[in-house]
Amino acid sequence: MAKTTYYVPIGPIHPALKEPIRVEAEVEGEKIVKVDVKRGFAHRGIEYMGMKRNAIQTLYLSERICGICSISHPYAFVIGSEKALGIEAPPRAQYIRPIIAELERIHSHILWIGVIAHEIGFDSLLFWTWKGREKVLDVLELITGNRINYAMYMIGGVRRDLKESHIKALRDMITYYWEFTEHMKEVFLSDPVYKARTRGVAQVPKDMALKLNLVGPTARAAGLRMDIRQDIPFDAYADMDVKAVVPQDIVGEVRGDAYDATMVRIYEIEQSLDIIEYCIDNLPEGRILAIPNYIALLNKIKKTAGEAIGAHEAPRGEVVHYLKYDGTRDGPSVWKVVAPSYNNINSWGYCLLGAEVADIPVVVAYIDPCLCCNDRVAVVRDSTGKMLDYSFIHKKAVEKTRALEKELGVRK
Amino acid sequence: MPTKAMFLMIKQALQKPFTNPFPVKHAPVNVTALIEKVQKGEVQIYPPIPIPEEFRGKIHYDPERCIGCRFCITVCPANAMEWIPELRKIRHYVSRCMFCALCVDVCPGKKFPGEEKPVKALSISEDFLLADYDKYSDNLIEEPPEAKEKGL
Ligand code: SF4
Ligand code: SF4
Repeated sequence: MAKTTYYVPIGPIHPALKEPIRVEAEVEGEKIVKVDVKRGFAHRGIEYMGMKRNAIQTLYLSERICGICSISHPYAFVIGSEKALGIEAPPRAQYIRPIIAELERIHSHILWIGVIAHEIGFDSLLFWTWKGREKVLDVLELITGNRINYAMYMIGGVRRDLKESHIKALRDMITYYWEFTEHMKEVFLSDPVYKARTRGVAQVPKDMALKLNLVGPTARAAGLRMDIRQDIPFDAYADMDVKAVVPQDIVGEVRGDAYDATMVRIYEIEQSLDIIEYCIDNLPEGRILAIPNYIALLNKIKKTAGEAIGAHEAPRGEVVHYLKYDGTRDGPSVWKVVAPSYNNINSWGYCLLGAEVADIPVVVAYIDPCLCCNDRVAVVRDSTGKMLDYSFIHKKAVEKTRALEKELGVRK
Repeated sequence: MPTKAMFLMIKQALQKPFTNPFPVKHAPVNVTALIEKVQKGEVQIYPPIPIPEEFRGKIHYDPERCIGCRFCITVCPANAMEWIPELRKIRHYVSRCMFCALCVDVCPGKKFPGEEKPVKALSISEDFLLADYDKYSDNLIEEPPEAKEKGL
């Protein structure tokens, strides 16, 4: 019999992918009949680097785990560190931190909505949504000094205070986005074309979502009421009543597809606006850092032992940092990061099976994957399948670097 | 069926571009020729969008104010600061810096006679146009002038 299925490998490096991952699919006509997802192409050993640096350096390293969640990782890091070291941030800082985190959620969600429009081939909509995103980036730049990588958090507080002008800019922004989300609801949720491309695509029922360990908006789109800000509240989140946004509360039914994920994200932007408004209305006065002198902070860290887990609800789901300080170094002796995309990628295999080739971009994009966050371990094997140990790879890497340096004449 | 999205797109097409066409509206065919023309004043460039106050740009280093405490080296996450033992001063590599401004926060600085408060040796400047072909070019290294003269 003639061959009826074709093997389509995508990645690890592919023009359609922004980050390296490999999807191997067997297609029969337009239908995907077999699929395998391989990850582990973006391991950077960032935790190992962090365990050799002091806590302040590692905090800023954690900001570089992800370019979009550049507040979520530091947030989980400071929460974990403060618990481990017994430092409590002053109330004002506890209210400023959620504001920055929610601003990040707004920009990340709008970014995602643009990306999904791009993936279904509607590029003018991508530019329209990203035009709306500029406003929040401007506000972030005004408050923190940069559009991305905000360098705002510190163990025991925040580094920059909110001024009157910032609060005014925040209020302007809130008004702007209430209008913008209304537009987005019409453009995305009431649009027949958008509905046709996302209804029933990447559909994950509730029990399957639990089985696949999905987190964040992906799990909430499937109807699971889970959100770190609701389940383990911290900082100012504990003072307000944050409730997970789920489709059954918005429209009364859950389908758990890409359309529901869009809805959850748009409504989460509105929730973030409410949280920011609450924080600026109730902003306490006072200091912003528990230990303003960083050198004193490092000395305290050096003398304190403890371990803790810090968790934060990032735009893509929960990020968890495990930290252990042993009281001999000024940095963590163990640092372990769990990023949300790792769990969410589990859904690809399930969603792609039986889907059509044209649905691949939507399935891939609907979880808002961030691959640079999720690779935590890399194993290298030689041609016989034997695992190569660390010292051997390191030796080889040094040799190669030296050889390249010589070849290119790099200055030392 | 006309949808809201269609109206939005048509409206957008009639509006002025939202982005700032910095430095010129269309990518030039010959960049060098364009730069020469700008220098001669024949072509006007669109200025960049003004930066907000407290923008974290290139770190500026004033060696006169440096007391050699090495706090900046301790906190710098990117190892962008190098210690010059002969001068007891530092050298800052902008190409390694990630603009977190921690070094500016910790720098104690020095008080000159007649001044009320010490002034920090490190400060955030507003420079952000830092592209260069050589990561060791003069533009991207901040160091005491003696270091250069003595070749340290
Ligand atoms: S701004 Fe940050 S990365 Fe740059 S030199 Fe200062 S501490 Fe180092
Ligand atoms: S630049 Fe500032 S922090 Fe660095 S050694 Fe000099 S005085 Fe100390």
